[in-house]
This record gives sequence, structure tokens and C-alpha cells, in this order.
Amino acid sequence: MKGLNVVLGGAGLAVFLALGEAVPRLGLVKEAYFPPTSRIADALGDEVADSAFWTALGDTLTGWALGLILASCAGIVAGVVISVVPYLREATASTVEFLRPIPSVALIPLAVLLYGTELRSVLLLVVYASFWQVLIQVLYGVQDVDPVADETARSYGLGTWARIRHVLWPTALPYVMTGVRLAAAVALILAVTAELVIGAPGLGARIAIAQNSQAVPEMYALIVVTGLLGLLINVGARTVERRALAWHQSVRGEVMV
Amino acid sequence: MLDVRGLKKVYEGSGRRVEAVRDLTFTVDAGELVCLVGPSGCGKTTLLKCMGGLLAPTGGEVLLEGRKVTGPPPGMSFVFQEYGRSLFPWMRVGENVELPLRQKNLDKARRRELVRDALESVGLSDATSAYPWQLSGGMQQRVAIARALAYEPRVLLMDEPFAAVDAQTRADLEDLVRRLWRERGITILFVTHDIDEAVYLGERVVVLSASPTVVQEQLKVDLPDERDQLRTRVAPRFAELRTHVYEQIQAAKRGVSVTKSDTPPPH
Repeated sequence: MKGLNVVLGGAGLAVFLALGEAVPRLGLVKEAYFPPTSRIADALGDEVADSAFWTALGDTLTGWALGLILASCAGIVAGVVISVVPYLREATASTVEFLRPIPSVALIPLAVLLYGTELRSVLLLVVYASFWQVLIQVLYGVQDVDPVADETARSYGLGTWARIRHVLWPTALPYVMTGVRLAAAVALILAVTAELVIGAPGLGARIAIAQNSQAVPEMYALIVVTGLLGLLINVGARTVERRALAWHQSVRGEVMV
Repeated sequence: MLDVRGLKKVYEGSGRRVEAVRDLTFTVDAGELVCLVGPSGCGKTTLLKCMGGLLAPTGGEVLLEGRKVTGPPPGMSFVFQEYGRSLFPWMRVGENVELPLRQKNLDKARRRELVRDALESVGLSDATSAYPWQLSGGMQQRVAIARALAYEPRVLLMDEPFAAVDAQTRADLEDLVRRLWRERGITILFVTHDIDEAVYLGERVVVLSASPTVVQEQLKVDLPDERDQLRTRVAPRFAELRTHVYEQIQAAKRGVSVTKSDTPPPH
């Protein structure tokens, strides 16, 4: 079954790439704007050979990773504190619901005013967008604590800190993982957007340069790279999730008795 | 050992006032095995949680060795009915048993010794590195009992611990509780809704009334110390006692108050 899925997935991709080759060659779309697959692949090969490309990739990944780490830590700490301190959840709910839907890109002018084209501009946008993803999941996860598990911990004299560490955190962890996985995808989107719009160094800025200099195949090649990055990030996040949650019913296999 | 004096618990919330426990007074002596039975919904769990320091009573008090219980006392451990939710699925069996000991500032060697000893006495020495969800229901409840034992309690509170396991496993677990009680000299308060179980296990049975709860009757179980699933359960005295408790519970459900006594029914 799994083997069949791999074959079907591979076939689908091959057909997609073949269409990408054939449609421009047949003149159905303008080749100048939609270069065929082979030309994009050539451009990708040139990019990979260029050290400036690797610098740009490094910049993007730096902004992504730093932003994601900051947002995750802040989201986890804020989520736990909001849940544990009495009344804080009720007091913050409306503010969170107001701030959360603000699109991060709406903060671009603010970021430019504050930090210009520095890395900090990218970080501001990335952190703002990813923080909410993590925070909301942590808030849900903490609510999921089983009253029986918590009473058990209390009956054995576990204090607040021990209960956070041994009961609340493991219960919230599956939610935290989902939050971080979502945040990782959002962080990549925002990192590339920030570079593209603000001009902070990175893949986004390189895409903008390619577009301005009519280097259409190169532009597509860079877009493909951002797509591959997103794919790798998701696969990586899922692997980490499976390792850390081996005990969880969503991951563990058949129960043996 | 354990004194419950005038215990009262009223739940108040959203305009509803529920008097779960009205006025309960009874004692459990050191080294006794007492079973609490009552009609369903009579506040057995509420009572036990108040005794374990998990719930604050509205009135009255609970004393453990003469000291008022205000929070979970260190000399007491609790076995819950919902073993699946009471054991932590993210910890292996050994870690589950060890966790409460880490709060007790015991050194590692001592903790390991207690864990090994507790798992051995419930017959699960080889399950230390398994996860709770890899075990059957009965085995999971054994782990929960081992965790309670390793804590070295003087008093063990058990809240309908075998209500969710099958009949055969249940018989085994009942004998396990009897054996541990005799081997370790722990004071045990065992809550159940099963009359046979109460009579089979207990040295004394406390029958509770329907909610709002008071003590309907206290009954000494004068069965021999050595009990056996086959012979004890068919003994004429066992039948008499269970009939008596059954009648008391039926009376409790109808709300008939019967004079409280410590004398068992005549032979």
C-alpha cells in the first residue's frame, strides 16, 4: 500500500513536470513568462553553483530559525503563564483575539521604520506571525490536562512546579508540537515575504532582483527552492514530533497486551 | 488513625446547591481494612477526596493521626478508579512508580529499591520498562497500586479501584489487596459499590445512606482472617452478612433510617 502510494506520488510529480515542459513549448503560454521545466532546472543548476545563492539561503534560514525559536519560546512561556495564573486567561482572551488576526504583513511599514532592512525587520514579522500559532496551541493543550492525572499528582504531594513539569507539559506537548510545526511554515512565508518586500538580504530579495532584471528562469528556480525548503521543514518537524511523542496515541502503534 | 468528624460537603455553582455529604462521623483504626459501601451517587468519592486532602470540606474535619488534614498528607496514598487516566502515558511503568518518590528527597538507590520492591509485590517485576498503555487494565491497576505502595503510606485510600476491570481480574486484585494489607500492616479504606466485594475484603463495613450522606450502619465482618474466593464466598456467614448489607443499602435508598450499631446480625 505504501509502495503504491510512493509510485503514484512519483507519477503525479512526473506528469506535472512534463506538463510544465510541454505547455510553454507548444506555445500555449508565453515562454518568456513561463519557461519550460528544463530551463528552470538549468537556472537552478546555475544558482546552486553561485556562492551568492548560498549566502542568501543562509540569510533566509537564519531569519527563519531565529524567529521561530524566539516565537516558540515566547509562545510556550506566555501560554503556560496565562494558563497557570488564575484569571489571567479570561483577562487576556479578548486582547489575544484582537491581536491574533492582524496580518503580520500589515506590520511591514512599522518594521521598516524601526529597523530598516536589517535582520531585525524580518525577525519582527516572523516572530509576530509565528507567536500566535504557538500560543493558541499551548492554551488549548494546557486545557487538556486530565483532572484525574492532576489529582493523582496532587495526592502524591507534587507542587506547582512539579505538576507543570510532569503533568501539564507532557499533556500540552502534542499541541505544542503542532503549534511549532504550523509556526515553522508561517515563519518561512514571513521570512521570504519580508525579504521580498523590504529588501532584507535573503532568498526573497534574490527573487526580487531576478524579477527586476528579467531573469525569469532564475526567478522560478528560486521559487522552487523556497518550496523545497517548506517541504523539508515540514518533514523535519514531523520527524521530531514522532520521536518526542512516541507515547502518544496519535503516534504509538498497536497496543500489545 | 483516621477520624472523620461531622464531615459536610456542599457543592455550590451556577445557582445550584448540592449537599453531597451531610454529616459523616466514623473512625478507622490503625491497621484496619475498612470498606465503605453505599448506593451509587451517595458521595463516596467526595468523602474520599475530602479525606485525601484533595477537596476542602464545607464543615467538619478529617484527622490523620490526630492532625487535621488540610492538603494531601505525606503518609497517605490514593488509588483512583480510572487507572488509565491516573497513570501517566508519557512515563514508563518504573518512572510512574518512582515519580512520587522524587518529591520525597530520597536518594536514587533507595528510590530504585522501593520501586523494585513495590512492583515485585504486585507481580509486575518485568514490566518496569513498559508503557502503561502496553498493559492490560488489571495490570495497569496493579501499577497504580505499586505506585501507592512505593510511597510507603500508613494509610491507603482506594476509590472503587476495581470497578472497571473484568470479574476474574477483579478477584485476583481483591486477593492482592488482602495480601498486601496483611503483609505490610497498612491501614486501608476501600470504597466500593459492590456489596460482595465489601464483605469479602473488609474487616469492617461502613454502610452509607443515600445523598445527602450520613453513616447508615457500621458492621464488623466476623469472617476468618484467611479468605478464599471459593470457600469464603459460599460460607453461610458470608451470605448472611451480604444479605444484611444489601438490606441496609435498600433501606438507605428508600431513606429509612436504621439505628446505627456496631453489632453484627445474630448468627
